[in-house]
Amino acid sequence: MQFGFVVFRGILGLKTENVQYSGAYASMGVDNSVRLDQFRNNFKVEVIRLSEDEIEFDMIGIDAAIANAFRRILIAELPTMAIEKVLIANNTSVIQDEVLAHRLGLIPIKVDPRLFDYMSEIDEPNEKNTIVFKLHVRCKIGGRRLTVKSDELKWLPNGSEFPLSAEKSTSTSASNSKPKTYTSFRCSQDSLPEFSNDPIAPNHPDIIVAKLGSGQEIELEAHAVKGMGKTHAKWSPVATAWYRMLPEVELLQELKGEMAEKLVKKCPVNVFDIEDLGKKRATVARPRACTLCRECIREEGWDKYVALHRVKDHFIFTIESTGALPPEVLFTEAVKILEDKCERVITELS
Amino acid sequence: MGLKQEHDGPDANKQQEFDIDKQFLAAPVKSAVDKFQLLPEFLKVRGLVKQHLDSFNYFVRTQIRKIVRANDLITSKVDPTVYLRYKEVWIGKPSTSIEGAVIELTPHNCRLSDLTYAAPIYVNIEYSNGQKTPPVAKKNVFIGQMPIMLRSCCCVLHKKDEAELARLGECPLDPGGYFIIKGTEKVILIQEQLSKNRIIIDTDKKGCIQASVMSSTEATKSKTVIKMEKEKIYLYLNQFGTKVPIMAVMKAMGMESDQEVVQMVGRDPRYSALLLPSIEDCASNAVYTQQQALEFLDKKVKKPQYFSASFDKEGKAMGILRDVFVANVPVRQNNFRPKCIYVAVMLRRMMEAILNKDAMDDKDYVGNKRLELSGQLLSLLFEDLFKTMNEELKKTVDGTLEKPSRSSQFDFSRYVKGDSITHGLERTLSTGNWDVKRFKMHRKGMTQVVARLSFIGTLGHMTKISPQFEKSRKVSGPRALQPSQWGMLCPCDTPEGEACGLVKNLALMTHVTTDEEEGPIISLCYCLGVEDLALLSGEELHTQDSYLILLNGLILGKHRRPQRFANAMRKLRRAGKVGEFVSVFVNEKQRCVYIASDGGRVCRPLVIADKGVSRIKEHHMKELLDGVRNFHDFLREGLIEYLDVNEENNALVALYEGEATSETTHVEIEPFTILGVCAGLIPFPHHNQSPRNTYQCAMGKQAMGNIAYNQLRRMDTLIYLLVYPQRPLLTTRTIELVGYDKLGAGQNATVAVMSFSGYDIEDAIVMNKSSLDRGFGRCIVMKKMSAINQKYENTTSDRIIRPQRVGPDAERMQILDDDGLAAPGEIIRPHDIYINRQSPVATRGAMVSPLTLTDKDYKPSIQTYKGPEGETAVVDRVALFSDKSFNLNVKFIIRHTRRPEVGDKFSSRHGQKGVCGTIIQQEDFPFSERGICPDLIMNPHGFPSRMTVGKMIELLGSKAGVSNGKFHYGSAFGEPSGHADRVEAISDTLVKHGFSYSGKDFLYSGITGSPLQAYIFMGPIYYQKLKHMVLDKMHARGSGPRVMITRQPTEGRSRNGGLRVGEMERDCLIAYGASMLIYERLMISSDPFEVQVCRKCGLLGYYNHKLKISICSTCKNGENVSTLKLPYACKLLFQELQSMNIVPRLKLTEA
Repeated sequence: MQFGFVVFRGILGLKTENVQYSGAYASMGVDNSVRLDQFRNNFKVEVIRLSEDEIEFDMIGIDAAIANAFRRILIAELPTMAIEKVLIANNTSVIQDEVLAHRLGLIPIKVDPRLFDYMSEIDEPNEKNTIVFKLHVRCKIGGRRLTVKSDELKWLPNGSEFPLSAEKSTSTSASNSKPKTYTSFRCSQDSLPEFSNDPIAPNHPDIIVAKLGSGQEIELEAHAVKGMGKTHAKWSPVATAWYRMLPEVELLQELKGEMAEKLVKKCPVNVFDIEDLGKKRATVARPRACTLCRECIREEGWDKYVALHRVKDHFIFTIESTGALPPEVLFTEAVKILEDKCERVITELS
Repeated sequence: MGLKQEHDGPDANKQQEFDIDKQFLAAPVKSAVDKFQLLPEFLKVRGLVKQHLDSFNYFVRTQIRKIVRANDLITSKVDPTVYLRYKEVWIGKPSTSIEGAVIELTPHNCRLSDLTYAAPIYVNIEYSNGQKTPPVAKKNVFIGQMPIMLRSCCCVLHKKDEAELARLGECPLDPGGYFIIKGTEKVILIQEQLSKNRIIIDTDKKGCIQASVMSSTEATKSKTVIKMEKEKIYLYLNQFGTKVPIMAVMKAMGMESDQEVVQMVGRDPRYSALLLPSIEDCASNAVYTQQQALEFLDKKVKKPQYFSASFDKEGKAMGILRDVFVANVPVRQNNFRPKCIYVAVMLRRMMEAILNKDAMDDKDYVGNKRLELSGQLLSLLFEDLFKTMNEELKKTVDGTLEKPSRSSQFDFSRYVKGDSITHGLERTLSTGNWDVKRFKMHRKGMTQVVARLSFIGTLGHMTKISPQFEKSRKVSGPRALQPSQWGMLCPCDTPEGEACGLVKNLALMTHVTTDEEEGPIISLCYCLGVEDLALLSGEELHTQDSYLILLNGLILGKHRRPQRFANAMRKLRRAGKVGEFVSVFVNEKQRCVYIASDGGRVCRPLVIADKGVSRIKEHHMKELLDGVRNFHDFLREGLIEYLDVNEENNALVALYEGEATSETTHVEIEPFTILGVCAGLIPFPHHNQSPRNTYQCAMGKQAMGNIAYNQLRRMDTLIYLLVYPQRPLLTTRTIELVGYDKLGAGQNATVAVMSFSGYDIEDAIVMNKSSLDRGFGRCIVMKKMSAINQKYENTTSDRIIRPQRVGPDAERMQILDDDGLAAPGEIIRPHDIYINRQSPVATRGAMVSPLTLTDKDYKPSIQTYKGPEGETAVVDRVALFSDKSFNLNVKFIIRHTRRPEVGDKFSSRHGQKGVCGTIIQQEDFPFSERGICPDLIMNPHGFPSRMTVGKMIELLGSKAGVSNGKFHYGSAFGEPSGHADRVEAISDTLVKHGFSYSGKDFLYSGITGSPLQAYIFMGPIYYQKLKHMVLDKMHARGSGPRVMITRQPTEGRSRNGGLRVGEMERDCLIAYGASMLIYERLMISSDPFEVQVCRKCGLLGYYNHKLKISICSTCKNGENVSTLKLPYACKLLFQELQSMNIVPRLKLTEA
């Protein structure tokens, strides 16, 4: 079954082409067309590793295009909340305003973006589309140098506290009504059940934002909105998401004794082992660990003994979440987006 | 380890040194002692611009005293008893006096408030006001302000540690070596010059062999040329109108006997044969005696422009021969014998060259060159100004004394004024034009504003050597790489284009000498057995067994055992009895021993080896590491010595200790020190094609990054900064030594070498949008704008007032604070007002009290920001200071942060520049098995023709570096000594971390999701962002401004000019036959103009708007006038021709 693998031909290059046409192997008696029930039977997902912000799982029986679609959606089309607007009231630190704003923008915020709406240009910032943070740090005169970290970003559930300067003079008369600020929140965000016992904060408290010398001060308000990774990388919910095809290492000839030991020594990631059944014989123990460094076939003539393949429909998928959503949720969200897209295509076509 | 290293600093570095030691201890070929540690030690005691500092220090400590001592007496012509004598001179602390108050200066204050960083020159004087009064002594008399070189011994920064420098607002990594004149930093470039006082044998334009000497003494400077023309030998000297037969000159100097001349030149019959025509010529002119010769020469003397008394008494020729002709040979008590011998030696060398072309001197040979540094140039200038000041002083004193009645008591010291010296020095340094009439010196462009584009650019500027020849000369000799440059001048760092090979840079360890006292060396030579010249007859001069001994071009005598003499001298030098920079060079071809102690020679330290065994042993280096020994100890104990280019010819230098043979006399300290500062940044330069290194040397100076630690406190006109600069993953030893790792100019980008999207042809690079989002290549551009609050002669002055918050101008004044100046942090847009200033309407005439002026008496003189539309610039800083005339000055710094865009220029450290071709989303980018996505993609076609193998090794090394958390090294020629990692070792590291040994990764396409068909060479490479950005260059226009006189569109981006259809474009259109297009481009879109032409006379008429008819002003009627369209420039040409009496007539025919 040659077509199921990526075959390595040493330096000469790889055979990586996918078969586009379903009847390509019809003459060999292989039907290459997609059948839903067949796919349903063959498709498998196995979670290998799952932690708070990382997941590794195998996706078996799927085409590279689909796997790649998930990867692309994860990187570019899954929304998160990120700081988009920074209102700087005072910044006497060495770091420039726009650089500071850029740094703040890249801080991942631990909040479920599904609870928020996108803010279009005509929208007013309200509690459904904006999260407001405050940052006010001052280094005492004569004090030690201060490092401002991301935990200094304080959530303002009631929205902006900065009054709109243009409105300032007129609204003084109506002292009862709330002064107009940069946001128009109808209610406090922490009164909403989603946030009442889970306050919004940056995912990591120890990201260095700025450093302050004696007497320096930063006072600002940061407004986070919902966005997508294709607009700016700060909205990408993943540090990165990628897959690799399952490696398969084949011993073309049986390697025994000294040769076996040699082979085991060659591999820096210990793919091979020695089976000691009377006489030593090399076996492929951990093909999954293969990084394709090609050490084992580097030496002249060794490609006669070892062949490296990749299984074309077995993807080892890794998602590193930045923390807004757990990685497994990210993937299901990505599936939903793909689903949406498919539906849109179907409705457009019908 | 990588992380730890950053925190631990030097200790960790030391640790690493040991790591590398282990590595190369295991290597098969090893050098016994790692002498690298000497280098940081050398640079610690010396700094990178020590040559400038040494030269200036020498000037300030020694030279200035000599100048004052040589001109110490001023006597009045009117009354000879009235005199003034300078006793002592010294330079005080950098300070300035403002209205009598002395204010101490710091360099950074001078930079910020446009002052000159200068210190007062004080003298102690003794003077007499006439016969009746006794001489008076006066101390601390101010005679002028001397600009002070930063970090020199007079500077406040001298010997300050890092914390003190920080307090003064100074960057500890800044090398100093420049001046601050009116707030701008000026560096006096090192000037390359031919040796002074040395006999140079070469050919003139016609191919005649000549011997020339550029004599330079404290008193005079002259050029003497002795030339062989048509078998006869002549002297060319400016003071003689024509060429002069050399024998006549010899006779005039007292060598009446032809035989003696022949003996002096040498008794070899070939020499006498060459001399014979000259002797015969002399006889045919009937010149036999000294008297006849002098009379003969007197006739040839150029008529002097001004009458000189001293030459008159004994004849002009005698005076010229004594004072001008080879002026470096002194004539004491009219004893011309040394001069005769000198001329004889010149003749002899010339004849040698005639007989044997190899004896010709090479003008491009570095040993025949001297580098003139700031100290020498300043001393020339100071001497001139000091003499001028004294002359003026004398003149004014004479003027006062001549007056019959004086109201007040005469006091000499009151006439001493320091203004002329102060202004003279300041003007010369700020314009860079050395116009010293006294020394016939007219040189332009000697100073330059210090390049502050990047830290490396600044350093490179300090080591730059400007050439002696003008750039237009089409000769290849001076431009070629000279073998004698080795170790002294950087072989890579030279500009491209017209100055290629002429402008050079010093190598890392080069030292430039300063003058040294000759007296002790002379007496030492005589003690060592040199036979005095005065005791030798002409015959004895060139005996077979003896060598001539020359000190700084002056013949001292001869020695019978020259090698022994040279060895003795060297031994004394190593023992520290003679200055360490005195060079002893035995020239066996010329049978001479040259001793040199003059300034401007380039030299470098080398380890002394005895019979091939290095004097530096393991324990010495250990002591150095432990800090109980420093570089000076090595020098003092005779382990190391400085060799200049000439003496290097007597040495056999081994590159490595292991390569030394029994003949070896010296061992190199480190081979990579042959490169300069700029070339030192390149990793593995010895694997690159050499022009690539040269390109990088030029480009490293344009890279953006950090400039200095005080970069945000500087108020320069233009600063480019990188937002997140990094230190290179693949470093070199030079990088660590010069501090590039602390003030880097680039970022480590993960590069995939593959083709992608087609937007990467012609060296363009494809960039990852997410990388740009995350801050790659982001830069800050800061520009300065300034405004002055002028004072006027009627005591009124400009005023800055509170902005209008309502009204028509309110919108443009939004960014102003209540003080009328733009507030820092505000976004400034084009046409915004940044200073709300008003000027009084009346600025001349009678005094007006500013208090009486009302608002009506002021008119607005606001300044508006003229920046490109759509750029969001921010006011970064506003600084106020008062200048020399107490006007309030305001400086605004406008900041603009830019992210890379298509068209911005990037470059690696291997002369591989390219623009950003396209920016592509991360998800479309290829990714590796480990999820790594490259930051940029470079086309592999960049490699085969450029042959920058060093870049590939850099990629491998950086990749290994990131995988094991260690900085790898790539110093030039560093593999044998362990300062550069070998590719094998790097590959092994890569394999250990699961990468392919070749650095090629298995990549998946981000677009299709399937693996790429080839393995991709991928890893980090240090990329520099260059200052050329599209935002500053892009330009287009539809309609716009026109030039007044021709009515054609303006030229150039800054004037919003049009895009020219040039003659080549026009030729294309003609060839294509697109006549209407030509008509449109060249006329309709440029300067169409309707003219009235008389069909009869063919001249231009006019259209009378009142009568509504066209009239020909020549024919005085409107009968035959036609209207047609012309380019305005054409009409203008006709009128201009008419104005010079040429009548162009248009002949019109019906079409």
